[in-house]
Amino acid sequence: MAKKESLYKKRSDGRKFDEIREIKVKVGIVPSADGSAMFQTGKTQAIAVVRGPRTFHPQHMQNPEKGMLRVNYGMMPFSVWDRIRPGPSRRSEEISKVSEWALSSVVDLSGFPNAVVDVFIQIPQADAGTRVAGLNAAAMALAHAGIPMKEMISAISVGKIDKTIVVDVNKEEEDFKEGEGSTDIPIAVTSRTGDIALLQLDGKISPEELKEAIKAGKEACKEILKIQTKALKDSSNGGSNE
Amino acid sequence: MSDFIVPKLQKEKIIEYINQGKRLDGRDLGDYREIEIERNVSVNAESSVRVKIGKTEVFAGVKLGIIEPYPDSPDEGTFMTSAELHPMASEQYDIGKPGIESVELARVIDRGIRESGFIDFKKLCIKEGEKVWQVFLDIVAINDNGNLIDVAGLASLIALGSAKMPVYNEKEEKIEHELSNEPLPLNKEAMSFNITLHKINNSILLDVDKEEEAISNCRLSIAIGEANGKLRITAMQKGKEGVITEKDMENILNLVEDKWKEIFPKVKGYVFEEND
Repeated sequence: MAKKESLYKKRSDGRKFDEIREIKVKVGIVPSADGSAMFQTGKTQAIAVVRGPRTFHPQHMQNPEKGMLRVNYGMMPFSVWDRIRPGPSRRSEEISKVSEWALSSVVDLSGFPNAVVDVFIQIPQADAGTRVAGLNAAAMALAHAGIPMKEMISAISVGKIDKTIVVDVNKEEEDFKEGEGSTDIPIAVTSRTGDIALLQLDGKISPEELKEAIKAGKEACKEILKIQTKALKDSSNGGSNE
Repeated sequence: MSDFIVPKLQKEKIIEYINQGKRLDGRDLGDYREIEIERNVSVNAESSVRVKIGKTEVFAGVKLGIIEPYPDSPDEGTFMTSAELHPMASEQYDIGKPGIESVELARVIDRGIRESGFIDFKKLCIKEGEKVWQVFLDIVAINDNGNLIDVAGLASLIALGSAKMPVYNEKEEKIEHELSNEPLPLNKEAMSFNITLHKINNSILLDVDKEEEAISNCRLSIAIGEANGKLRITAMQKGKEGVITEKDMENILNLVEDKWKEIFPKVKGYVFEEND
């Protein structure tokens, strides 16, 4: 994928350009919740907990036609080198909302009028790509909770480091300053139709490169989907709920 | 915030058992649930740990910063404890401004650690009156199945016990993005740990689960450590509307003394000896 003229010829951690980091997953990490999962890629770890469906309050905001999905994303204060103040921030609120839209595109809450399903995502440890790790964990936690879903969701952050397209960007790559610098493209893909459920971008990129990036992202998501599916199957095949 | 409600039949059952000195999960009144500890769960922190007692689970992490000292202690570092009782942990908690439970939890833990003299604040002075280290202790609850105070308290001690100082660049007067081998300065012998007792129907219980906690109308948290081989109390907090009679207090202190002998060496092991 590397173009001849790119300044980024070799990945800092030795991976191939289309290679995701080592992935660890676990379903059912919080036994008292309705659903829960952990998704870790390299040094980025996300945990997601699902609570609901339950009655939505205040009552005047209930939707009598279908249930609502609510997502809350947050980073633990010690998850990054420079401590983050506890509590919500503008960044975490935006990420919560785009994650909520992404997951809402696949869950079917028509059977739960006036109810709400809460998804809580926390990041204990971060090395870039926390929102996509959060989405991967959240999709697994929703499935674990038995929430009706039309499709699964798998997500990855694609990067353009100078002129090189890479998948599953780490912090060092995200901070790359030379040449065209780093462009970060988190993307979430639905499992059956392959549609895009989340897409953000910051940096500089041409339409051709963007197409290439999306293609690389979709390929990587296929791998992630396999890992998610296997973990969910293992957990329901008499696997422990721990 | 909404209350956790225990059905009346369940409540009667729990009390019936307690009256016979038993608990629904098979424990004796003074028994702890199983303790599980996972260290170094977050690479960017000065230290981090995940502690699980029964199903109650918290993350705790330590970060250090630099701050101007308080005018009344110009040669001492500072300490700040924050607790997030996240809605992830229980349906009772809300997002946003910390509720009174988070505030109380953080303050009780902060007090137990600060008053014991566990952290050597004098050694955290960089330049008197100008620059001192600030120790941030952050606690994030991910599952509340009762007795969060003790679980968070243990996690806090382990996090502090394994924290390493960041490298300080004196020339540029800033923290480098790396940790040294230097541990956070601690007075190990001064350590106190928190033990919380609940009174249910005149019986005293340790390490309550969520239902027992909801039924109890009186709780007492005691930070206990050691001085000259004897039990030393460094902080206390009574919670809820129930009262402690003179006889209760005697029972509590006896129980605490017994538990101290049993648990204190274990806690020291978790905090100091198993650092690798």
